[in-house]
Amino acid sequence: MANEKRKKLTPVQQEYHLFEKERETKRPIVRNCVCAFLVGGIICTIGQAISYFYMYFFDFTEQTAGNPTVATMVFLSMILTGLGFYDRIAQFAGAGSAVPVTGFGNAVISAAIEHRTEGFVLGVGSNMFKLAGSVILFGTFSAFVIALVKTIATQWGGL
Amino acid sequence: MLKGHRTWVFANKPVIIATAAVGGPFEANGRLAEDFDLLHEDLWLGEESYEKAHRVLIEEAAFQAMEKAGLEKEKVQFLIAGDLINQMTPTNFAARTLGMPYLGVFGACSTSMEGLALSAFITNYGGADYILTGASSHNAAVEKQFRYPTEYGGQKPPTAQWTVTGAGVAIVSPKGDGPRVTAATIGRVVDMGLADPFNMGGAMAPAAVDTIEAHLRDRQIDASYYDLIVTGDLGRIGRQVSLDLLRQHGIDIDEERYQDCGLLIYRDGQPVLSGASGAACSAVVVYGHLIKRMRRGELKRILAVATGALLSPLSFQQNETIPCIAHAVAIEYGGEA
Repeated sequence: MANEKRKKLTPVQQEYHLFEKERETKRPIVRNCVCAFLVGGIICTIGQAISYFYMYFFDFTEQTAGNPTVATMVFLSMILTGLGFYDRIAQFAGAGSAVPVTGFGNAVISAAIEHRTEGFVLGVGSNMFKLAGSVILFGTFSAFVIALVKTIATQWGGL
Repeated sequence: MLKGHRTWVFANKPVIIATAAVGGPFEANGRLAEDFDLLHEDLWLGEESYEKAHRVLIEEAAFQAMEKAGLEKEKVQFLIAGDLINQMTPTNFAARTLGMPYLGVFGACSTSMEGLALSAFITNYGGADYILTGASSHNAAVEKQFRYPTEYGGQKPPTAQWTVTGAGVAIVSPKGDGPRVTAATIGRVVDMGLADPFNMGGAMAPAAVDTIEAHLRDRQIDASYYDLIVTGDLGRIGRQVSLDLLRQHGIDIDEERYQDCGLLIYRDGQPVLSGASGAACSAVVVYGHLIKRMRRGELKRILAVATGALLSPLSFQQNETIPCIAHAVAIEYGGEA
């Protein structure tokens, strides 16, 4: 827990925190990083292969191959989520399967499957983006801020 | 009769005449599969939603227990039960099916022993001939409410626990044959300031220690009085923390005689991280496994300490810490009891 939060606690609670922390199983950070690197790398390699596939066999350029590649990756992620594999891969891979676009697809699809029992409108419709919604909001917002910074820097900063 | 500060000692020693435990697919692969009366290979139980499947678990456990006791449902005066889902709808709906006068109780994962303590109290003073009490949880329904969608790929830390799918019930009566409830200690809410919902064992350990200490003090007995002191769902970390805390407080407990339901139920290879949790955890292990061992004469006196984390998804999002509670019930069979 963050330090500033700990300061609000009573001395007895603080003492217990340290007592408990000593006995807690630590997250295997090195192992997690290695797994995330490997699995994330594999997913990106597959993505790159699909991207080449679209460029060589269809009429896509390096710029335009992005869209069908993302769609294919999300589709694969949907299949794996629906069959119940993606969460197992994720427990092993951590950030490796969460950060690529397949993780985004998984967040949307898993929520949609989960809330199917509450119907299409109140269930699937309103819950589909409950995990991915904040990714979309803050992703768009940070893109806007970066664009703003870039515009100011190039227009008036003389860069 | 009240003894000490918060312990009831039951002079008439109400009897647990029958128990039943129902489990899901994960439990069927577990270490205690033999002790379940019914096991399902599908989390859906043939229902349309996990919540409905949850209700069926409770109904099945109740009917199993009544069948074993040879009772019609009209003979049972009260149903005292609970679960973890919002407004306890699975238990409420099961109570609709059962048609018994019903008291819903919520103590998170401590519900099983809260219900047993109340049932024993009522039957001890002639308030009922038969009371059906129990607790249940359903892994997917609970995950859906408290955490993420079941298929969401979020990596869980090693301190996380696995919610048990199942229901455990007992029928308590003033007379009959079976293990007897001799005492119960009601817990108080203990909050040591932990706020990580993926480390419930660590948060609940002080509550368990508080209740065990109070129980031993109120009854003026030593921990060695019991063949087994079993906590509800502390898991690997919570068990170690509570054991060290008890020792720090000068209570010497034999490690072999201090077990946790969350560690007994699953096999080593199952991917449950720190152990099992959920309202059904203590219910199925005590009512399924331990009561059977008592009937076989392997255990004479046990103290079941069910632990509960009284958080909600909302309280966690609002940065509240996790208040915890533990209720202890002493069950004895054979000997002078």
